[in-house]
Amino acid sequence: MVVGSLRRMDLSWSPTEVAFRNEARAWLAENVPSEKLPSGDTRDGFALHLKWEQRLFDARWSVVSWPEEYGGRNATLWEWLIFEEEYHRVGAPQRVTQNGIFLLAPTLFEFGTQEQRDRYLQPMASGLETWCQGWSEPDAGSDLAGIRSTAVRDDAAAGWRLSGQKTWTTRGAFCTHMFGLFRSDPAAERHAGLTYFLVPLNTPGVTVRGFGRLDGDEGFAEVFLDDVFVDDAMVLGEVNAGWKVAMATTGSERGLTLRSPGRFMATADRLVRLYRDIGARASDPALRHAVVQAVIDVEAYRLQTLATVTAIGDGDNPGATSSLTKVFWSELDVRMHDTALALLGTAAELEDNGWMKDFQFALSGPIYAGTNEVQRNVIAERVLGMPRR
Amino acid sequence: MRFAFTTDQLALRDAVREMLAKECPPSEVRSAWANANGRTASAWDALTGMGVLDALVPEAAGGLGLNMLDLVLVCEEVGRVALPEPFVEHALVAAAVVGSGHGSMSALVGPAALGVYADSVDAVLVEDDDRLLLVAREGLVLERQSSVDHTRHLFTVDWSSAEATTEVGGPQECADAFDRAALGNAAVLVGLAQHLLDVTVDYAATRNQFGVPIGSFQALKHKLADVRIALEFARPLVYRAAHSVSIDDIDRSVHVSMCAAQAADAASLAARHALQCHGAIGYSDESDLHMWMKRVWALQRAYGDPAWHRERVARAILDED
Repeated sequence: MVVGSLRRMDLSWSPTEVAFRNEARAWLAENVPSEKLPSGDTRDGFALHLKWEQRLFDARWSVVSWPEEYGGRNATLWEWLIFEEEYHRVGAPQRVTQNGIFLLAPTLFEFGTQEQRDRYLQPMASGLETWCQGWSEPDAGSDLAGIRSTAVRDDAAAGWRLSGQKTWTTRGAFCTHMFGLFRSDPAAERHAGLTYFLVPLNTPGVTVRGFGRLDGDEGFAEVFLDDVFVDDAMVLGEVNAGWKVAMATTGSERGLTLRSPGRFMATADRLVRLYRDIGARASDPALRHAVVQAVIDVEAYRLQTLATVTAIGDGDNPGATSSLTKVFWSELDVRMHDTALALLGTAAELEDNGWMKDFQFALSGPIYAGTNEVQRNVIAERVLGMPRR
Repeated sequence: MRFAFTTDQLALRDAVREMLAKECPPSEVRSAWANANGRTASAWDALTGMGVLDALVPEAAGGLGLNMLDLVLVCEEVGRVALPEPFVEHALVAAAVVGSGHGSMSALVGPAALGVYADSVDAVLVEDDDRLLLVAREGLVLERQSSVDHTRHLFTVDWSSAEATTEVGGPQECADAFDRAALGNAAVLVGLAQHLLDVTVDYAATRNQFGVPIGSFQALKHKLADVRIALEFARPLVYRAAHSVSIDDIDRSVHVSMCAAQAADAASLAARHALQCHGAIGYSDESDLHMWMKRVWALQRAYGDPAWHRERVARAILDED
């Protein structure tokens, strides 16, 4: 906050950043499949998306911000934002590897051992190994600290035996690995006594059952664990410190890395094009300003992100303010899709109109990564300092 | 790429904040509600003393030679204390055009139809058929209008019989003056909203019902979280617009309109939720809250209402190509 703040505001990109953008744009123009891939949240679509992930990895675009030794480009946060803008601008395929790359990897970098980083990061970046998140349980959703799945110490085998049930596990039926929280100290309550484990889903005792989401894709799974043995090398961070380790991941998930502005800039662009095509025929004149407001809100999110990245560069920690961001983009995404469907009028119900399926996905935004009700409590208590109950 | 203020810009904000805390406490705003001109006893002189009223005037002409980016945080402070003075009209609009040495000034630009404090300033900058004219107060025919915010002494302004008017700008100056006014107004609204949020968070922590602070109830938490979110995503637009104006960015008018709409909506939300969370005490004119709410209601449609600004953005992004 000291050194940097002598410099004046400057909203232009450096020549290096412009070159980075141009390189990304050129590669994407050359390589993004011209035909939209089937949904990555279906079995067949997932396999096709992994081929795309391999291509991204081979050209070192799958994890641009990672060190080169793991397949990245050592890109700055600014360059990562630029890549995201370019990626979404051309409508490149969804990242089916994102839960590993954007949620687990930051945690591995922060808490993992050198052996764990060397073992897991590169296969994650190439899509050879795919990761799902094992947090929610039937009785532990918003109240994540209510986790009941257990990890029982097996000293003789130098490891742990995991039992219990995880659910709402995105792409769990297609992934090879899961990261999750398990109660390792039965005497401890709530946030204490949890440990963060890495679990290969082909381990004996694991049963995965995929099931359909709101939009019909088999994007959800239940993961049953029955006395599943994992050795000590599969513990991420300290034993019984899983909550702290996991919260570092939610910071990434809610904040910068899961839903960058580029994604919503692309949606706003599509909305503007839709308005230009059919807006004049729309029955509700207020939709014109709803489209404008979407553009304004997306611009606000982009600028707020620039401020956040500047602050991170100055050594600040955004902390609980990531909850502000998560509520904003998730509800903005719903509003944009609402507006698009309103513009489409009676054609809104058609499944292939380019918006209805995405609308259903947008509705998951205020639910996943901590419901917006929980986020608003976090904002009130940790940002505004209002009294806890 | 760097989206942050400099230490100098933050220091200027802090100095103004400190001064205004002394010169314009809520009791001063309350006095202005009932006094003869609706203004403060000494805050204007203090602002003059700090040089911020001529901040946009070039150094060679006796000003500070600053730009909108330097001044936008000062506008927030003006809003935070609900300063009842023609700060935006003088410092951002009139002085930036005519320089210092004309006394205190108000301004009448853009769709705005009424002149604030026109009876107690030395001159008014008016927009007349794509020209900017500086008219001394003596040449104006004023008719008082009553604002919901009683500190805002508003007037219809007729300069048709003024003997001496000075033409000080053409169409571009008119457009730029309006953009600075709308931008400054947006920053003032952000400051008003921040104050409304702050006092409401404080009140909710101390007011007890059912044996607990009402701020521990989710119903209040979620309302105030929404205000905090609205501010979080209004401020960056305001700061970017200030940057765009300061560098004469070709898209500055669109950027100003984006922030004007967003800030007005955020302030409107802040006023509504502040009142609801205060309950009956907020509905009383013995509480200070009403003075901030009424300032919001007065300013949220000044210099173009949110729909006007959205339409200006719409013409730029939806109709062209």
